[in-house]
Amino acid sequence: MNNFQYKRVSSPAAAIAELSKDPAAKLVAGGTNLIDLMKYGVMAPDKLVDVNHLSFDAIKKEERSLYIGATVRNAVAAGNADVLKYQPLLSQAMLAGASAQLRNKATMGGNLLQRTRCGYFYDISAPCNKRVPGSGCAALEGYNRMHAIFGASSSCIAVNPSDMNVALTALDATILVSGPKGDRKIPVSEFHRLPGTHPELDTTLDRKEIITGLVIPDNNFAAHTTYLKVRDRISYAFALISVAVAIDLDGTAIRDIRLAMGGVAHKPWRLTEAEQLLKGKQATVENFKMAAELAMKGAKAYEHNAFKLKLAPNTMIQALKTASGVKA
Amino acid sequence: MIENNTREKEEKELSGNSRRDFLKKSSVITAIALTPVAAVKASDLKLDEKLSDAIEQMPLSIEINGQQHNLKVEPRTTLLDLLRERLKLTGTKKGCDQGQCGACTVHIDGVRALSCLQLAVMNDGAKITTIEGLSDGDKLHPMQEAFIKHDGFQCGYCTPGQIMSAVACIHEGHANSETEIREFMSGNICRCGAYANIVNAIKEVKEGGAI
Repeated sequence: MNNFQYKRVSSPAAAIAELSKDPAAKLVAGGTNLIDLMKYGVMAPDKLVDVNHLSFDAIKKEERSLYIGATVRNAVAAGNADVLKYQPLLSQAMLAGASAQLRNKATMGGNLLQRTRCGYFYDISAPCNKRVPGSGCAALEGYNRMHAIFGASSSCIAVNPSDMNVALTALDATILVSGPKGDRKIPVSEFHRLPGTHPELDTTLDRKEIITGLVIPDNNFAAHTTYLKVRDRISYAFALISVAVAIDLDGTAIRDIRLAMGGVAHKPWRLTEAEQLLKGKQATVENFKMAAELAMKGAKAYEHNAFKLKLAPNTMIQALKTASGVKA
Repeated sequence: MIENNTREKEEKELSGNSRRDFLKKSSVITAIALTPVAAVKASDLKLDEKLSDAIEQMPLSIEINGQQHNLKVEPRTTLLDLLRERLKLTGTKKGCDQGQCGACTVHIDGVRALSCLQLAVMNDGAKITTIEGLSDGDKLHPMQEAFIKHDGFQCGYCTPGQIMSAVACIHEGHANSETEIREFMSGNICRCGAYANIVNAIKEVKEGGAI
């Protein structure tokens, strides 16, 4: 690990000030991703700003939404009574990620900023446009089994590894940030970005901004949510494909629905067209198959991940069946 | 005994360390942001010879297995390395050192966490329990007894992490079925494959209600 300066801050303003004056400074909270990347030499910040003592550790049910602070630990949020009652999909997704030990430390803000697990991003001897802009992408012609089938570019085909982010995307969360110019709100769909020609940027968060929390609007989905994650082993592995489903079901009619996929793109992949197709329709396997076919429009596989073209729609259909209770 | 002597010596060396007090006076504790004014003040207080040391080392007050330690550590020292290399508490194992295997699991303020992904300085004021702090003197913790009884290990390298995780798993209320135990113990990898016996050990302790 490179040597670095360590600074503990007790106010958001102090954290923003540190980021503003030092371009190579990074925030640290749970440390479960950043410390690992520093050990590999993938990231080498010259200053770590410890934000663990900022008071963003509350979960609060507000009038028409649920607020979760940026430094709330993933395990705490996943087990919180209000989260379980109002947004169970988020809890399901978080419990599908990492291990109990990691969830006890990992924070909401940190998970939003979790970096890709692409093996070439971690391998500092390999070219990687995300790690060293302009160096190339070793995954394009390499072992790309885990990689993207949607929204990739010739610069980067890595995927966002977070389960939590998939649920937040399905649930239309808003990310609350604070910076030198004041506060702003970023819809989660605009928070993570596609690689384009700048895969070094995972998100639209400015270098000088900090995440203070997130808000999920109330919905009628709580009774019919499923997070289905398919991976190489039954627990403690990153998703090959994951699907988040939230349905507002009136008998067998789909009043409203949210769908998002993980393990397929540089950002959590919202399936808006499939949602539109299913809205107002009956919850039937036939309709689910049509929606899955539509969802796969534009998918593109690489040498080693063609199996995802089949696994993704199958996972989606299964998740829809589970969430709606439709058997056949 | 040797360990205790080393620890006492270390703490004696550090006691009355005015540099630490000096750093504490800053509202924002920092290893580096010594303004010119502060540096002059440090010099006046005859701290200048220790100034470079202060830049590289951070004060750390931490309770480990009920014993208070007042230390100074380099910011990049992980909690795991502090335990093993500095305090000679080698019960906590270094497996992958990358947060993938669970061998380094300890309890931080009563909650299980991976000590390899924790910077020691991030745990100022924390209470740590390691496998050495689990037993009551020579009397083993019920989970340690159960691992022996059920043969919950072969080579034993993952065992301290497994046991620390298993105790937390029960405390969290995540040991209500074999499936739940397996899911909530998935962060602890055992290359010998003693999983079935580990699950049996946890089930017995849970059902026995001893913890």
